[in-house]
Amino acid sequence: MVKTYLVFMVQVHLNFRLAELESLADLYGIKTVDFTKYDRESPFFIVELENDQQARDWISRSILTRAIYEYWGQGKSYEELHASVQHNPCFLQYKQDYRNSSFKFEFDNFGGSSGGKLDRVACIESFKYLDFQGPIRMKNPEQVFTIIEEYEPLGDNQAGEVPLRLFFGREVQRSDRLRGALEKYDLKKRPYKGTTSFEAELSLVSANIGQVKPGTVMYDPFAGTGSFLSAGGHYQAMVIGSDIDGRMIRGKGTQTIRANFKKYNDSLQFIDVLTMDFTHNALRSDFMIDTILCDPPYGIRESIKVLGAKDPERFVGKENLEINGQKAYLLRDYIPTKKPYSLDALLDDLLQFAAKRLPLDGRLAFWMPVANDENIETIIPLHSNLELKYNCVQEFNKWSRRLLVYINRGSSFNGPTNVGIERSKENFRDRYFNGFN
Amino acid sequence: MKFLTSNFLKCSVQDCDKSNDNFPLKYNGESCQLEQDESLDFNPEFLLRIIDRVDWPAVVSVASDLGNTSLPNGKPDFTNEELSEEDMVILRDLHTLLIQTNIVEGEMTCRNCGHIYYIKNSIPNLLLPPHLA
Repeated sequence: MVKTYLVFMVQVHLNFRLAELESLADLYGIKTVDFTKYDRESPFFIVELENDQQARDWISRSILTRAIYEYWGQGKSYEELHASVQHNPCFLQYKQDYRNSSFKFEFDNFGGSSGGKLDRVACIESFKYLDFQGPIRMKNPEQVFTIIEEYEPLGDNQAGEVPLRLFFGREVQRSDRLRGALEKYDLKKRPYKGTTSFEAELSLVSANIGQVKPGTVMYDPFAGTGSFLSAGGHYQAMVIGSDIDGRMIRGKGTQTIRANFKKYNDSLQFIDVLTMDFTHNALRSDFMIDTILCDPPYGIRESIKVLGAKDPERFVGKENLEINGQKAYLLRDYIPTKKPYSLDALLDDLLQFAAKRLPLDGRLAFWMPVANDENIETIIPLHSNLELKYNCVQEFNKWSRRLLVYINRGSSFNGPTNVGIERSKENFRDRYFNGFN
Repeated sequence: MKFLTSNFLKCSVQDCDKSNDNFPLKYNGESCQLEQDESLDFNPEFLLRIIDRVDWPAVVSVASDLGNTSLPNGKPDFTNEELSEEDMVILRDLHTLLIQTNIVEGEMTCRNCGHIYYIKNSIPNLLLPPHLA
């Protein structure tokens, strides 16, 4: 037996919203949702689920929804809404189930508001046929019944005044967003951050689409100031980060990645950050990494570098250099030289690493910048073991960035590949600073 | 760096992957400064998942480098459905060792190539000079 539920979503980051809902449904083994009924233009999605627990699992982590309700009815007017509620095949059952529960009514809306014109008390009174006998409780009631009014906005910044549609349901789960995740992880309130820190909303969405799971290991090979580590810690993964730039992961004084985790009460989830070149990896090869989530250097704010000499001839014989009788390269304060590397090569390495290290069905999710040119096709890196599951675009004025999400399907997958092929002719950094002209 | 992390780190030199001596690294007990972070709360469930992923001989080896020779040679077994009081004592000890023990400063060496890595301000540095990269 399935029941009908109403998902109330937010109309932002629409290129990411369906991927988040699908990924979370898959994470909790929810198979009854008919995604062909999903409409990206609408904040409402009516679905079927086996029970409330599924609804709670599914929406509790979500960032791009508001809440999920047990669906009681909808209509273009209150008259229609009441008729719809009373004709719901579950109506008698629901009435019985919540007859003696403590409860309250709430109002929510989309695209406008009644502007105080709606007499809320009279509106609630009009539901008296529900015949609830339980006490009304404004604080911690057992059940919250919600009336959602949908308006057609009159313009971009102008709220509508006449409701188009009304929904009525019983609240089952508020999303992570409604429970305050965006405020909690807001960069403005973060003790340690930098110019490369990734904003809270899309870093949490990335962790959801990447299916970062509680109690598993998440690795960010380009950790920087630890934005994705924070997101992974929020979803209770054990997180490890590395970065070739030791200054970034070290922080300054009391402003450290560790301090961020302390503030978020996720200290236990933070394993460590390492100063390490991802392409010369020191994580032992049989150490299981469940998810890789990262924002590789684009070469805009930080150039792409790996270990090695840019001009090898200059370094010939330098390994024999001694200071006070000790090899210079073995001294505590030795600073190794680094050489420039291309984004294509770095992403190839990342895909190879993911194919080798992730368990079957494990996900790699990373961000890739692209210049918006009409006649240049964006080539997405592909590896024969990895299924490209999502390619979600966030548009800016003259460039965009994409969240690419891959699933490790193993060597029998035999997917298309373009590893080792030069994909972008021009340097994104140069184009960025030339204003994409 | 947590004691736990020593269990994940091998030598960065790719040639050393061919040898069996690149993991665990050898910790110089004399140069290692340890600190206990008691603010990290004991969570048996979390710890059990960690222990699941731990290479036990490497835990014993690094503990001995750092002067702790009290660990059993075999990995403790927590497969009983309910944890006994004895299990909880062992888990608390492992929490102290793996999670709360922090190597703040120190040196570690690859047993194969002899390269020395340093831990500074609790962060291990695994970068390599150009002739080893």
